[in-house]
Amino acid sequence: MIPFQYVKPSKPKAAIDTVAKDQTAMFIAGGTNLVDLMKRGVMTPEKLVDINKLPLRKIERENGNVRIGALALNGAVAEDKLVMEKHPLLSQALNAGASAQLRNMATVGGNIMQRVRCPYFYDTAMPCNKREPGTGCGALQGFNRMHAIFGHSEKCIAVNPSDMNVALVALDAVVLVSGPKGDRKIPFAEFHRLPGDTPQIHTNLQQGELIMAVEIPENPYTKHVHYLKVRDRTSYAFALVSVAAALDMDGSTIKSARLAMGGVAHKPWRLNEAEQFLAGKTANEATFRQAAEIAMRGAKAFEHNKFKLQMGPNTIVQALKNAAGAV
Amino acid sequence: MCQSKFPNPDLPEEKSGSSHSDARRTFLKQSSLLTALALAPSAALKAAELKYEEKVAAVFEQVKVTLGINGKKQKLSVEPRTTLLDLLREQLHLTGTKKGCDYGQCGACTVHVDGQRVLSCLTLAAMADGKEVTTIEGLADGEKLHPMQEAFIKHDGFQCGYCTPGQIMSAVACIREGHADSEDEIREYMSGNICRCGAYPNIVNAIKEVKNGGQRV
Repeated sequence: MIPFQYVKPSKPKAAIDTVAKDQTAMFIAGGTNLVDLMKRGVMTPEKLVDINKLPLRKIERENGNVRIGALALNGAVAEDKLVMEKHPLLSQALNAGASAQLRNMATVGGNIMQRVRCPYFYDTAMPCNKREPGTGCGALQGFNRMHAIFGHSEKCIAVNPSDMNVALVALDAVVLVSGPKGDRKIPFAEFHRLPGDTPQIHTNLQQGELIMAVEIPENPYTKHVHYLKVRDRTSYAFALVSVAAALDMDGSTIKSARLAMGGVAHKPWRLNEAEQFLAGKTANEATFRQAAEIAMRGAKAFEHNKFKLQMGPNTIVQALKNAAGAV
Repeated sequence: MCQSKFPNPDLPEEKSGSSHSDARRTFLKQSSLLTALALAPSAALKAAELKYEEKVAAVFEQVKVTLGINGKKQKLSVEPRTTLLDLLREQLHLTGTKKGCDYGQCGACTVHVDGQRVLSCLTLAAMADGKEVTTIEGLADGEKLHPMQEAFIKHDGFQCGYCTPGQIMSAVACIREGHADSEDEIREYMSGNICRCGAYPNIVNAIKEVKNGGQRV
């Protein structure tokens, strides 16, 4: 790890100004991703702005929305009564991520900012357009078992590794951001990017912008929800494929659906067309299978991740069945 | 936010104008001069004057922290890079907490910070300022082992023993959190602690016994 300066401001403005003015500065919250990347020399900030003194830990209800402070811990959010009652899908997704220890450290804001886990990004001896633009994508012709099947480019085929992000995009969350030019709200689906020609740009945040909170609008998805994560071991592993499914049911009829996938793209992958197809249909396996087929349109796999072309739709069907329950 | 080592093309030119090392040098000069006046005028000023930047940095880029370590308050000075794990092992010689992977993947370094289990290898010591840290050394009551330590011995919850301090710290937290109600739940909530020897069934039995024994953990 290269030496760095450490500061711990107590006002958001001071934190924002410090990072806005200095390209080499970064915010640190839980540190579970950044410290790891710094140890490996993947990230080399020369100044860390510790934001843990900022008052951003609250989970509260506001005009029907649930607002979760950026510094709320993943573990605390997963077990929060309000979250479990109003947005159980988020609770399930959080509990599917990492380990109990990491969930006690990792914050909601940090989880949103989590970098890809592509081994070529992590290994500074390997080419990676995200780490060092122009060096090529090691995964493209390399070991790409964990990689994307949607939205990838020749420049990068890594996936967003977060479980929480998959639930948040399905629930139409909004990211509240504060920056040197003021405050703004970013819809979750527009927060992360596809790699395109600039995989080095991780999100649509600008230098110095700080995530203050995440807001989830009120929704009817309090009962028929399921987060299904398929991975190499039962627990404590990144997703091969994951699916966040939420249904609003009237008897056996689906009034509306929310559906998103993880482990398949550079951003949490919302399945809008499949959702529209499901609305008004009867909940049964044939319906779910058709929705899964719609969801998988346009998928393109690589040498080692072709299994995701079957695992993807199967996981969608199973998640929808689990969400619908006995109907 | 810093996009790794290269400038963000979305930003105006002037922001990425000065190089990293320039900014750093300026900071070092300013901070060393300012701090030097207050602290150790002659030595530091001379070092700054002679551009011994690294030496100045070594003297001044230390963060003062106060930590409760196993119930005892300690005032310490740490370099920002120091992890809590390295502070415990190298500076305080509390070597019960183990360094396994050092990347937050194995759980061997698990300690309690303010009562919550966390990974000390991914915790910067500077960020733990003001907090209460409990390590495996702080679990026993003098010579009397903690019930979880007794149970691990009784159930052969280890072979080589390297992961054991982390397993035990995690196991105690697992019960305190209320996540030890079934074998499945124990396995899920202990998944952050990897055991190369494969003592998992015995670890689960040890946790079950302590949980069912109803002893205070």
